Amino acid sequence: MNINQLTAHEILGLIETKKASPREVHDSVLRQIQATDKEVHAYVRVHDAAVGAGEAGAPPVPIPVAIKDNICVTGVETTCCSRILKGFKPPYDATVIRKLKKSGAVFVGTTNMDEFAFGSSTENSCYGPTRNPWDRSRVPGGSSGGSAAAVAGHEAIWALGSDTGGSIRQPAAFCGVVGLKPTYGRVSRYGLIAFASSLDQIGPITKDVTDAALLLGIIAGYDDYDSTSADVPVPDYTKALVNDVKGLKIGIPKEYFVEGIDPQVKQAVAAAIDVLKKCGAAFEEVSLPHTEYAIATYYIVATAEASSNLARYDGVRYGLRRQPKEERKSPLIDMYEETRDAGFGNEAKRRIMLGTYSLSSGYYDDYYLKGLKVRTLIKQDFDNVFRKCDAILTPTAPTTAFKIGEKADDPLSMYLSDVYTISANLSGIPAISVPCGFSQEGLPIGLQILAKPFAEETLFRIGYTYEQNTPWHKKRVSL
Amino acid sequence: MNQTTLQKYETVIGLEVHLQLNTRTKIFCGCANVFGKDANTQTCPVCLGLPGTLPVLNRKALEYAVKIALALNCKVNTFVKFDRKNYYYPDLPKGYQISQYDKPIAHDGHVLVTMADGTVKKIGVKRAHLEEDAGKLIHDERANASLVDYNRTGTPLMEIVSDPDLRSPLEAYEYLQALKLTLQYLDVSDCDMEKGSLRCDANISTRELGNNQLGTKAEVKNLNSFKAVRAALEFEEKRQRDVLASGGRIVQETRLWDEAKAITAPMRSKEEAHDYRYFPEPDLVPFVIEEGAIAAVRGAIPELPRQKLERFIKEYGLCEYDGNIIVADPDIAAFFEACAGIYRDTKKICNWLNGPLLQELNARKTGLKDIRITPEDLVAIIRKVDENVLSNLAAKDTLKFVLESGKSVETVVQEKGLAQVSDSGALEGIVEEVIRANGNVVQQIRDGKESAVGFLVGQAMRRTQGKANPKMIGEIIKKQLSVQ
Repeated sequence: MNINQLTAHEILGLIETKKASPREVHDSVLRQIQATDKEVHAYVRVHDAAVGAGEAGAPPVPIPVAIKDNICVTGVETTCCSRILKGFKPPYDATVIRKLKKSGAVFVGTTNMDEFAFGSSTENSCYGPTRNPWDRSRVPGGSSGGSAAAVAGHEAIWALGSDTGGSIRQPAAFCGVVGLKPTYGRVSRYGLIAFASSLDQIGPITKDVTDAALLLGIIAGYDDYDSTSADVPVPDYTKALVNDVKGLKIGIPKEYFVEGIDPQVKQAVAAAIDVLKKCGAAFEEVSLPHTEYAIATYYIVATAEASSNLARYDGVRYGLRRQPKEERKSPLIDMYEETRDAGFGNEAKRRIMLGTYSLSSGYYDDYYLKGLKVRTLIKQDFDNVFRKCDAILTPTAPTTAFKIGEKADDPLSMYLSDVYTISANLSGIPAISVPCGFSQEGLPIGLQILAKPFAEETLFRIGYTYEQNTPWHKKRVSL
Repeated sequence: MNQTTLQKYETVIGLEVHLQLNTRTKIFCGCANVFGKDANTQTCPVCLGLPGTLPVLNRKALEYAVKIALALNCKVNTFVKFDRKNYYYPDLPKGYQISQYDKPIAHDGHVLVTMADGTVKKIGVKRAHLEEDAGKLIHDERANASLVDYNRTGTPLMEIVSDPDLRSPLEAYEYLQALKLTLQYLDVSDCDMEKGSLRCDANISTRELGNNQLGTKAEVKNLNSFKAVRAALEFEEKRQRDVLASGGRIVQETRLWDEAKAITAPMRSKEEAHDYRYFPEPDLVPFVIEEGAIAAVRGAIPELPRQKLERFIKEYGLCEYDGNIIVADPDIAAFFEACAGIYRDTKKICNWLNGPLLQELNARKTGLKDIRITPEDLVAIIRKVDENVLSNLAAKDTLKFVLESGKSVETVVQEKGLAQVSDSGALEGIVEEVIRANGNVVQQIRDGKESAVGFLVGQAMRRTQGKANPKMIGEIIKKQLSVQ
């Protein structure tokens, strides 16, 4: 096995015993990128020289990390895979980047994504789609498809993604890797280019649960620069990595196993439940009665915030600027219109319009305000379940990875692929996706575990126990 | 307009004041909150709204806002929440302004205003909220381009909205003065309309007397001084009455005051009805201010002008007129009080403060803070007049020299030889000379024209270069004339 196919905790062991050097690790990743990324297209930018390496006095965790194209790195072009941000080089580091630099991490490159994280397939990128390393005719999921594909395809050891409605977990499931959306406020959003501010969280995409715990430990914590970050101490997450779920009570929401779910996915999740039962966890059916409103609520809240967050891309200060040849309204208005028309892709335009509509006077009460109210109800659903359960178990996505182009012209069916992941963002709770098997076509299936706010340790404990009793996390894409 | 038309209508005015708070840093980032620096030097990724940056509330700005709320007798919303006001303009780098919409920090307060006729009127403060200022567009004529300076972006602003309680341009002017004075006492802003740290928009409508419904209003903008507020409103008041008197209707619109032409004119473009799509700012978590924190701010509010005026009248026996002038400048008020602590005749102190001292300050275009005189100095001057050491004229000169040199009163009087000549022997000689030289005036006095004595006094004063005591000279003249 090549070194780049290992997990970070394995690599750190090799480095400690001098069986491998950080340089060798980085080189093996770069070689892999050179060999396969032309086809996979996980990256939109690969750094020639190691960015972030060797910060003085850093405790050495010299792991090659791939960064999603919506997380700001000083001097590195950061575009959200949108034409409108072409050429934008932030003069500052996101807080997670600052923390990673301190840890000694090496930034391999910038990964592909749906424009501004609008999508579930990484097809909405101005750089073209990313392909799923397990089947290159299929999508890697999205919007952090580049990050998930990079880790699954051994083109990075770790990756950072962002998750607004499932954008870490769904691609992790599609690519057979681990993806964690932390509790809202657990990780600073400073330097994450906003899609929907009240839903966005940065999180790890890794090969196994142990790595996810390691990476979260590095990036988590309160940040003076983010008022929405939580002043809650960061525990040593590796202490939660125990092969023991005895005494844990896990809820299975009945609303999640209805029509639309791929039987193979359903079967894999049922098998996972059996594994955890054998390990001593207790299961019971629970109800999340407002589940059916989650997608509608999400697309109101998220697009409303997005329509405002994307207003700053106006051609005045940075990124793209276009001026029509002939004057139409006024030089200023013409510039705005021409720039935004040329700069945003179709999905971005669709969401800006949806969000603008639901915030408009006369519609606000019926859409945005109602959305906020239903959001509260959805959160209460989870509060109620967590009063008696330690965790909830569901599929991550209703299907395995679909074909490139299959849903590109059907936004609604694309939106539905986030049905299981969206509620965690609306309620702010943490959720992890771990590999739980493969379909007959050889496509990975993801198992989602959800817990109450700041109970990431519960996720790690259940995920780790599951890994220790199943082979799925050891399966690697053969290259 | 004839008298009946004038009597038929009533003017209704409400003012919106934007106040820049003089916190050390901006409202949502650590940039210095300063005026007059080179363009775009006081900026950072946060106030430039660069992608991925987030606002963090400056607690000092919130404290100032609470201070203003309490001083304007407002109720304080302890649930602090911000909203986004969405609109596009190049001076607004995020495409939205962080403001407060449905939960302003302050609401339902009032200001007591002494109007020109001496009556005291209670003007309602509907709401006051905290928000961020935008940048500044500068048109570059040579390049035919618009440039943007983002230094001002993120300056903390308090928008203070009055109720439509003002009934004339003069009342609006008086309200603005009273409001400004209160804010100056709080030391939360420069309150300088010319620098833009205090800005004012006015809503004005006209209705028939006795009608309780509000007429259609015009919003008047581009008011860059207190005088402009009054002048623009006077113009607009007349314009609206003329329109109504001739059977027309007032159009709801924004009008700009043209200082040079002294008219208001409808603002072109931008006239489409704005939908700001307010919604809660998700980057700032709402929070509750503790009662204790509000109590602490309340405790730190200084005595406000109105209270001070009432106390000065009661404690020092000032008349309303003197009192108003004295409290109109917090520094002068403090100076007065220091003087009153060491000198009993407060009327004399007032006369000196409101007369010679204010004249000197106005002539120098400075405030009391910037000049070198202590209350002890002024009282020393007054005492020297009481003791006949200085004439009134010499006393004024002494004041001037003290201000210029910063030296003590004693030193100035000695160095400049300003002390009165009270040596009656020397004065008698001078008076003799004057009488000899002005035989015809002396004749007039003998013929009964008593007032001509003043002329001789003046002549004698001239010969002593103002150092003589005029009263003594008068007496000597009378004595010598009666003797002759």
